[in-house]
Order: sequence, then C-alpha cells, then structure tokens
Amino acid sequence: MQIDLLQEARRQAEICNACRYCEGYCSVFPALQAERAFSDGDLTQLANLCHNCRGCYYACQYTAPHEFELNLPQALAEVRQDSWEEFAFPRAAGKAFQKNGLAIVLATVLGFALLFWAARALAAAGGEGFYAVLSHNAMVAIFLPAFLFPLFSIAIGLRRYWQTVGGTPVRLSHLRGAIASVANMRNLKGGHGDGCNFEDEDRFTHARRYAHQAIMYGFLLCFASTSVATLMHYLLDMPAPYGLFSAPKILGLSGGVLLVLGCGKMVWLKLRSDKSLGATNAFSGEIAFTGLLGFVGLSGLLLYAAGGTGWMPGLLVIHLGAVLAFFLLTPFTKMAHGFYRMAALVRDAQRRERV
Amino acid sequence: MTETYDIVVIGGGNAALCAAITAAEAGARVLILETAPKPYRGGNSRHTRNFRCMHHGPLGPLVESYTEDEYLADLMKVTGGKTDERLARLAIRSSEECLPWMEEHGVRFQPSLSGTLSLARTNAFFRGGGKSLVNAYYRTAEGLSVDVLYEAAVTHLELEGDRVTRVDYTHEGAAKSLSPKSVVVASGGFQADTDWLARAWGPAAKNFLIRGTPYNRGVVLADLLDQGIAQVGDPTQCHAVAIDGRAPKFDGGIVTRLDCVPFSIVVNKDAQRFYDEGEDVWPKRYAIWGRLVAAQPDQVGYVIIDAKSLNLFMPSVFPPIKADTLADLADKMGLPADALEQTVAEFNGACGDQSAFHPTELDGVATSGLTPPKTNWARPITEPPFYGYSLRTGVTFTYLGLKVDENAQCSIDDCLVSNLWAAGETMAGSILGQGYLAGFGMTIGTVFGRIAGKEAAAHAN
Repeated sequence: MQIDLLQEARRQAEICNACRYCEGYCSVFPALQAERAFSDGDLTQLANLCHNCRGCYYACQYTAPHEFELNLPQALAEVRQDSWEEFAFPRAAGKAFQKNGLAIVLATVLGFALLFWAARALAAAGGEGFYAVLSHNAMVAIFLPAFLFPLFSIAIGLRRYWQTVGGTPVRLSHLRGAIASVANMRNLKGGHGDGCNFEDEDRFTHARRYAHQAIMYGFLLCFASTSVATLMHYLLDMPAPYGLFSAPKILGLSGGVLLVLGCGKMVWLKLRSDKSLGATNAFSGEIAFTGLLGFVGLSGLLLYAAGGTGWMPGLLVIHLGAVLAFFLLTPFTKMAHGFYRMAALVRDAQRRERV
Repeated sequence: MTETYDIVVIGGGNAALCAAITAAEAGARVLILETAPKPYRGGNSRHTRNFRCMHHGPLGPLVESYTEDEYLADLMKVTGGKTDERLARLAIRSSEECLPWMEEHGVRFQPSLSGTLSLARTNAFFRGGGKSLVNAYYRTAEGLSVDVLYEAAVTHLELEGDRVTRVDYTHEGAAKSLSPKSVVVASGGFQADTDWLARAWGPAAKNFLIRGTPYNRGVVLADLLDQGIAQVGDPTQCHAVAIDGRAPKFDGGIVTRLDCVPFSIVVNKDAQRFYDEGEDVWPKRYAIWGRLVAAQPDQVGYVIIDAKSLNLFMPSVFPPIKADTLADLADKMGLPADALEQTVAEFNGACGDQSAFHPTELDGVATSGLTPPKTNWARPITEPPFYGYSLRTGVTFTYLGLKVDENAQCSIDDCLVSNLWAAGETMAGSILGQGYLAGFGMTIGTVFGRIAGKEAAAHAN
C-alpha cells in the first residue's frame, strides 16, 4: 500500500486523537480513540469503517487554511481506495478499474458486444420469450462464470483485508451488529439522527443516506428476483416468462425502480458534493459505476415494458450486457466497498466486544 | 444586500450569533460584521466544546441535577469571589432555558466526551465541538435573513452623547459606515494583540502562545474604552494554561494541551525544577502552570518523563522528543546535559515507596527531603527511552472588558448608552474576575447574547 497515503492518514488520526470532539458522529472515532499509535492495519480498518459522511470535516477547527490542514474524510478515502486496489484479485484489474470511469464504460460496451455476438451465434430455435433471443443454457453458460468469478475474487480480497486488519474468527453476534448498522445506514445519520453533510456543505440531510439505501435495497431486491426465478426454474420446473404478480416480477420491478431512482439521486448528489473531501481521482470511477448500476436497473425496466415488441431483442442484449459488465467488474469498482465496509463493521463489532 | 439595518452585531462567535438570531426572530433586520474570513468565523467559539448548564433533573445529555447554588459555589471557588453575584446568578439561572433553545436553533449535544466523565452532570457537550455549533447558528441566522459580512473589520463606533451614531468598518479594501438603530458588541477580548498583551503583562507576554483565534485583537474594545465606556476586569491579567511549546502561535486549540505534568518532572531552561508537579490532578492545576512557566527564563519549561509513564495521559498533537539516555534527551531539547542528569538524580534519590501509585487519584506517593517537593505520583525517572515535551504559556482569554448591567447594556459616566449592548468574552470580565470554570464562557455568551439581541431589537422597534 502507498506509504505516503498511510503516513498522511496517520498524521491526521494522531491530531484527531488529541481532540476527540467528533467522537459522537460515527464508528470511526471510538475505534480511533482506542489506539494510541496507528499501524497500517489500524488505518486500513479506520479507512474502511469511514462512510465519508463528512461531519467531522465541517465540524473541524483545524481544516485548511489552518496549518494542521485536517481533511480526515479525504485522507481515509485515499487509504480506502488504495486498499481496494491493493486487495483486489487480480491486482491489475483493481488498479485498472477503481479510479477509471472510462475503463468501466469500455468494459460495459464490451459486455454489450459479447452479448450481441452470443445472441447471433447462440440464438435458440424454438425458445420462448427472452429465450428465443438467447437460449437459457447459453445464458447460464455466460452468467454462471461471470457470477462465480467475482465471488471468488471478492473472497480473496476479503481474506487479504482480514489479515491486514488482524481480524479474529467471526461469530454470529459480530455479524448481527454489522448487519444492523448497514440495514439503516447508522453511520450516515451523524449520531444525532439528522443525516450527513454532502451536497450542501455543512447542512445535515438524509439525501445521501436515502439514495444509498434505495440503491442497496433495490439491488438486493433485483438479486432476490433472479435468485427466486432460478429456484423456480430448476426446482419447481417453472421457466420464465413470469406474470406481473409473480415473486420474480414483484421483486424485480420494485428493485429496478429503487435502483434507478437511487442511482440517479446519488449521481446528482455526487456532482454537487465537494470532490476534495473524497478520493479525488476516484470520482470518475464512482460516477461511472453508479451510472452502470442505474443503467442495469433502467434497462431491466425498459425490457419489461418492451416485452412482446420488436424492441425486446435489442434491449435484452443491452440489459444482459450491462449485467455482465456489472458482475465482472464487481471486485474492481465501487461495488467492492459493500463487502469491505461489511468486513470493517464486523471487525469493529469484534473490537467493541473486546472493550 | 440592503443598506438599512436595524441592528449591527459586531463579531461572529457564539454570543454574536445568539444575539443576531434572537433579534431577527423579534423582527429586526440584522447584519453581522465578522472580522475573520469565513473558514475562521466564530472566534474562540470554534475551539469550545461544552456549555455549563444548571438543571433540575435530567436535561438533554445532562444527568442528575445541578442547582443554582452549587453552580454559583463552583464559580466562586475559581474566581475567589471576584464575581458580580447578581449577573452570575442571572447567567446561571438562565442557562437552563438556553439548552432547549440551543437545540431548537440547530445545536446538537452528545454525552460527555471520553475522558470528561467528571463533567457529565454539569456540562452539555456539543456534537462535533464548537465549530459545529457555530455552523448550525450561521445556518439558522441565514434562514432568518440575517446578513453576514466576513472580513469586515470594525474600526470605530462614533458616540454622540448617550448614543452610538455610526459604525465604521472596512470591507473589501474600502472604508464603510452604517448607522443602525442598535449595536451589539460581541467581538471578544484582546489576547491576539500581543503588543497590547505585552503592555499589560510585561515583555514576557511576547513569548506567550494564543490558544484561540488570531482575530480577537480588541480593536472595538479599545475604541470604546478610549471613549470612556465603563470597563470591568483586571486589565493586566489573562487566563493562561501550560501547553505544548511547539504549538502554533495562534489557534492551536484543544490538541496542544499536555496532560503529562503530574507524571513528570518539569525543569526550566537551566534544567532546574521549580514547582511541585504532583500538587493536584491536572485539570485543577493546568492554569497555575501557565503562570509558573511564564515566570521562568524565556517563558519555557521542559517536561521529562520515562517509558513507564508514556501511556498514562491523553495523547497530544505532537509526539514527544525521545532519547535513550537523559544526556541525549537534554541535547535534543537544548538543555544542559550535566544539570539535567543531576536534577533527575536528586529527584530519583528523593523518591520513596511507590506501591500506592495511582495515576488518577491523589496517591500520596511523594518525595522526601527535596525542594521543591513532588507530593503525588513521584516515581523515579529511570526507565529508557526518556521522553520530553517543551511547555509554553498559552493564553485563553483576557479579563478586561465592557461593564454591562443585567440587560447586557453598556454605560458611560454612570449613564446607560441607549443603543449599545455587549455579550460574550468582551463583557465576561463582569462575571469572571479571575480563573475559569469549564463551559462557563459559552454560558455567558449564550445568556447575554440572547439578552442583548432581545434588548437591541426592542430598542430598534
């Protein structure tokens, strides 16, 4: 990992540890205050625990032009970003995509192209609905590896993370605390429940928290939709297409709407935020990733609307191409933050238990 | 921005904002003239962290109760009776209704910070500290259409008879003036003007560090006192504590404090001890040490500890100077090595039984036959590596200020000035004649800021 980023985070953490005014904002400060000296692992843990709510920046009496020049959200974002690149498997892919919006866009276009090729080459004669465009077996052949590879890659990344931060065996109670924290995004509430600072300097709002939760729950609903459909296909012998009031449709439609609204709002918020309080050179990568995720939702909804029309085959390959790119890029884009954030919260639950 | 204001508030910290918000809510058109640029707005309030508050039963983050009499007794203890009891009781009594008012106007509290459990009953801590309070008040003020000019330095208030008729200030390189109906002065003390400090205290003050804002230069205070406005407080005194000698000249704030003195020996630049380091727990002694260090040659002290004491106190902003031998440490700190070794040897020889050592209580582990003695936490300095910090005098605030009545109104020749009020540090000398009580500055600022805002608006209407 980059020494200069860690050194800067260490310098700032030591000043914060001498002040402690921010300890009521989020999980970072109690964890920070538990240390007196900060190892690289400690800083990596703090960096991944930080949700970039920015409360500490706007409350800080030592931000520039003060000579201490504190900007903890940025210092931790830089370490966090660097850690994701470092832990990624393969590493080169982490470095290629995390901070590179253009690479994400190109990968997505490649996804489209691959699916177009597949649709032409592997079109099923006699399939119904979507399967007329691409046979079910062909879809599985493409998407199963595209789903398993990221899982495998993320698992390696998390293992590297766990070793770096000195994690111990995980128990159910640790997971419970972490999941509760994620479920209502406690760390974007500012401690007082007024939300976080993002789109309008020091004004506290819930805009980012709500946008994030719309994305997260939207994604989980879409994921649940696909999972349920897979079970219905294989276990119950009920292949697609499904009716409007079927579980896959209800989950998928509500998830898709949340995903589109959440991603749209998030991009809008990010464009209004002060970029110097995040990892500055990761901005294009974050915007491109959020755009891709929103596009996955949007193309899915359009596909539903266009079912039975001449638009369907084209929209299907575009949607599947976007999904393919999204899955393959998961370990190397902002999507990875969900896994590392979860790991950091689990690790923090272990720390709190120790105290 | 309109050019007609009912009220001009001079200053941009807690007291100024409380006055501006209160006046605006009463329907007045208010302008804040803040001499600092926006990132440094808020004066010393930026560095504060809590509000001392009377309460009957649990209130917000405060537990149990804290009565008027107990509060007053705490105040009397630190001021040695140098207090206007009527104003002090007014501040104390009003503090209880201030807390919900603060919450209504955007301030958020939190349970007392780690390491400050002793204040959980008496002091309400601001979530995020004083700057977050200042931010919240500016948001609230903007919502009430209060205008704010940053880098607007007031140079003169024109007094005619019992009225202020004109406020002169500079902004964006031009001299300007306004003639509001009412004026509230809330622009702090003069501690950032080191020349003034040196005139008052003596040349040694040039070596003092200023813990807070560099913008409290006392320009308006001097202007008003020169014109005969009634004054209060000892003009030669300031509140000072011992802080890390490497702190910046201004604005070092909370992180420059050093809590290690009780576990150390402190020497001057000749490597000689000069006071009992273990006299009492540090929060009760840090102000004394500001004066002790000020009385040493070059106004500097050196704290020496060894490895076994390193983790007994709160970390501070700068890492200690570290060496494997006392001689090396002396070299690194610019102290005479022989003298330091001898001082430490004498101290070590005077240490006795340490089995009762307890870092957070007066443990009675004392030296014997040593002058000056160390009466608690006396453990020999033997275990390398050795660590050192330099100590300097850090000025918190000055006592000289504007004398006000219970309406926060200023006077001249025993007559009230009909349209001039003062709030915050600039009039705190009326209540804090000497010493300091944690969180009381914010109480004075909030209570008298609100009074001044209310009275100024009533006059303007």
